[in-house]
Amino acid sequence: MSRQPPGAPPPPIVQRIRLRYTKRGRLRFTSHRDIARVFERALRRAQIPMAFSAGFSPHPKISWVGAAATGVASEAEYVEIALAERRDPEQLRQQLDASLPDGIDVTEAVEAAPGSSLPDRVQASLWRIELPQVTQIALQQAVLAFLLKDCVEVERMTKNGRRTFDTRAAVVSMSAAGAADCAILTVVVQHVTPAVRPDDVLTGLRSVSDLATPVPPAATRLAQGLLTAEGEVADPLAPDRIDSTAAGTSEAVPTAPG
Amino acid sequence: MPVESLFPRLEKLLPQVSKPIQYVGGELNSQVKDWDEAPESEMVRWCLMYPDAYEVGLPNQGVMILYEVLNEQPNTIAERCYSVWPDLATLMRQHAIPAFSIDAHRPVKEFDVLGISFSTELGYTNMLEALDLAQIPLHAADRDATHPIVLAGGHAAFNPEPIAEFIDAAVLGDGEQAVLEMTDIIRRAKREGLTREQTLLELAKSGGVYVPRFYDVSYLADGRIQRVAPNHPDVPFRVRKRTVMDLDEWPYPKQPLVPLAETVHERMSVEIFRGCTRGCRFCQAGMITRPVRERSITGIGEMVEAGLAATGYEEVGLLSLSSADHSEIADIAKGLADRYEGTQTSLSLPSTRVDAFNIDLAQELSRGGRRSGLTFAPEGGSERLRKVINKMVSKDDLVATVTAAYGAGWRQVKLYFMCGLPTETDEDVLEIAEMARDVIRAGRQVTGTRDVKCTVSIGGFVPKAHTPFQWASQADPATIDRRLMLLKDAIRSDKSTAKAIGFRYHDGKPGAVEGLLSRGDRRIGRVIEEVWRQGGKFDGWSEHFSYDRWMTAAVATDIDVDWYTTRERGELEILPWDHLDSGLDKEWLWSDWQEALSEQDLDDCRWIPCFDCGVCPQLGTEIQVGPTGRKLLPLAIK
Repeated sequence: MSRQPPGAPPPPIVQRIRLRYTKRGRLRFTSHRDIARVFERALRRAQIPMAFSAGFSPHPKISWVGAAATGVASEAEYVEIALAERRDPEQLRQQLDASLPDGIDVTEAVEAAPGSSLPDRVQASLWRIELPQVTQIALQQAVLAFLLKDCVEVERMTKNGRRTFDTRAAVVSMSAAGAADCAILTVVVQHVTPAVRPDDVLTGLRSVSDLATPVPPAATRLAQGLLTAEGEVADPLAPDRIDSTAAGTSEAVPTAPG
Repeated sequence: MPVESLFPRLEKLLPQVSKPIQYVGGELNSQVKDWDEAPESEMVRWCLMYPDAYEVGLPNQGVMILYEVLNEQPNTIAERCYSVWPDLATLMRQHAIPAFSIDAHRPVKEFDVLGISFSTELGYTNMLEALDLAQIPLHAADRDATHPIVLAGGHAAFNPEPIAEFIDAAVLGDGEQAVLEMTDIIRRAKREGLTREQTLLELAKSGGVYVPRFYDVSYLADGRIQRVAPNHPDVPFRVRKRTVMDLDEWPYPKQPLVPLAETVHERMSVEIFRGCTRGCRFCQAGMITRPVRERSITGIGEMVEAGLAATGYEEVGLLSLSSADHSEIADIAKGLADRYEGTQTSLSLPSTRVDAFNIDLAQELSRGGRRSGLTFAPEGGSERLRKVINKMVSKDDLVATVTAAYGAGWRQVKLYFMCGLPTETDEDVLEIAEMARDVIRAGRQVTGTRDVKCTVSIGGFVPKAHTPFQWASQADPATIDRRLMLLKDAIRSDKSTAKAIGFRYHDGKPGAVEGLLSRGDRRIGRVIEEVWRQGGKFDGWSEHFSYDRWMTAAVATDIDVDWYTTRERGELEILPWDHLDSGLDKEWLWSDWQEALSEQDLDDCRWIPCFDCGVCPQLGTEIQVGPTGRKLLPLAIK
């Protein structure tokens, strides 16, 4: 008649690993929820010794840091996983990467520095947006017009209904370049609420100029992290790397089976 | 002739549609084979469709099995497609992008066969939408050598007459061997350069493929069918269903598809047996899938092990029409629970019957960590009605079973019923409220808390072909809706239990359309086409289904819906599906119908002598049940 699940409570967390992963090609059409399911299954197939929550419906301990929107590609997504047994981060990275579909590629894995918070190290994103069939000049004019404004309001459906918000204040820097049959926008955007997404920036650009995008532009997040004094986006895993180097490798790391 | 991928054109549209990932393909364990692996005349290419949204269609076991069975063959390709939501369909038409497979995004119209699996008749309008998007003529008569053979399968194919003018062929029963035999016939036809008509004739001559164009239907003045007869000397009078006898020889899916997108069933499924001889008279699945064929305990263990490794799923469903009836279910449950204890893998038996044995099973299965929900299906509200439908469970059994579940720690159970069963009265339905109240009272007593709940879930009964109720009058939507409201009021009227009893119901209107389609004849095709022309699709979705559109279309095409649904048929009437042989003897079905009306129940032939339903002698099959006496040993490596 017990309302507690039978058996012992789940084993404790012994290690936290921070991962950088990508959302490339067709996989950019996954939603955040899709990514979460894909990860959970890949972790099981790769037999990563995850730590689980307690209760009737135990879940693996996975902490997501933001997430690129559906349809948006990324080279710099981050997630933290908690393990019930220690693992070598690089071996874990290879096993998990082999188990994930092509396009979701785990590019870095580091052990989390104790007591630090990954979300606190993510403040802004560097975006690269390709605009097919747009000239560099047309884009440049739109960028100039945008940067000259103090406020560029756009409207979008959010969880809380249709909202109007400013996109200008969140933009740290913005520039235009050209490539074959497309213009390329590079923009650093601060993470604010409501989120200013790449398509909001484009809506803003269109609203201050006669920029037209005949083909849907393709956005890719190149980096996310803290903003440096120079307005650049720092690597959020750098402090963990420094920490693990400083700590040395005195502790023996067991080799994963298989 | 190489076929180009439509993906580059589709990709530009995807940012504009909802849930674009469903059109991208690339699921774990999906495959893309070389289109031109061999000379054209050697290649046989199937596009397998489940005519509903991706989230419903992807987990479909039938499509998954055939996809793998076909792709294992050399020079044979199987790809998949699902129904496209209206937002993308509109864009595809605007940009002239034809329907595509989601594996390699090849045009559906370039395949040799478009095989559509119908679990329900409500997918018919989606078939027409798919054909139109694929740029394939709607009517079989308008197709030529360049078009795929449009093939129907699945349970609804046991009466494909309403879609006879849209399909080229139908297969009844198990598909595993049938698709391979069809592939051989089509390959031979391509080698020999046969025409479309000749190829279809070869398929029809095989005896296991129904080709409607080789059968003529004539009608009596009163509208009933006079005769269904072949119009070609080489095709059989009756087309027989296909039956796979040894499930252990067909351990599919070996590599279940794991989607990127969210779907309705997020689990690894293993079919533990096929067929059911419980003899519930309303149940088409139980009638048309006879006899019972069990997968062995060791075969099940191997499939679970391989499937979990291949998918990473955290839940295993042991599927069948009544899973607790497997002759070795206790050993299976214990063996799997032992193997997967501590691995955060949950095990579930989705279809369970009402007895205490099930609670023990469910407890055994939940040892692995997660506890799945419990659903019991008494189906009929009163003891009398349960005799009519041959679902033998007493109210005392039910209350005892649910009480045991509450006692074992469950706090919520679901009870499933049907409304509109033959001979049903208001009183029969109102007894459901009493049953639910008794369940709650007993649950409160055994747990010593008021924290117990049950949900009564109820839908309208639809009489189906090849069942003892195929002659029955279907209750009209007004009667069903009135009884459902009476029941709702009765549940709510007792304040002491009202809050503990949830009530979920489906109104009677979709059932009327399903009834029209499931017992319809070839004349119903024009209603389906008219509904689709008026924008009807996704009829299985309440937000898309329009009863008025169906009724208006029936009037416009001169079809009397009541004649097809509420009219009781006589013993001698030729039924539209009489030339399609499910193995069941029509005289036996009639006598079972008569016994239903006199409230006589019938036992399960697995455990008592045969009562001549006809299936085994007709099809040369036999019941295959254990026990094998074997056990599941612990896995060496977890």
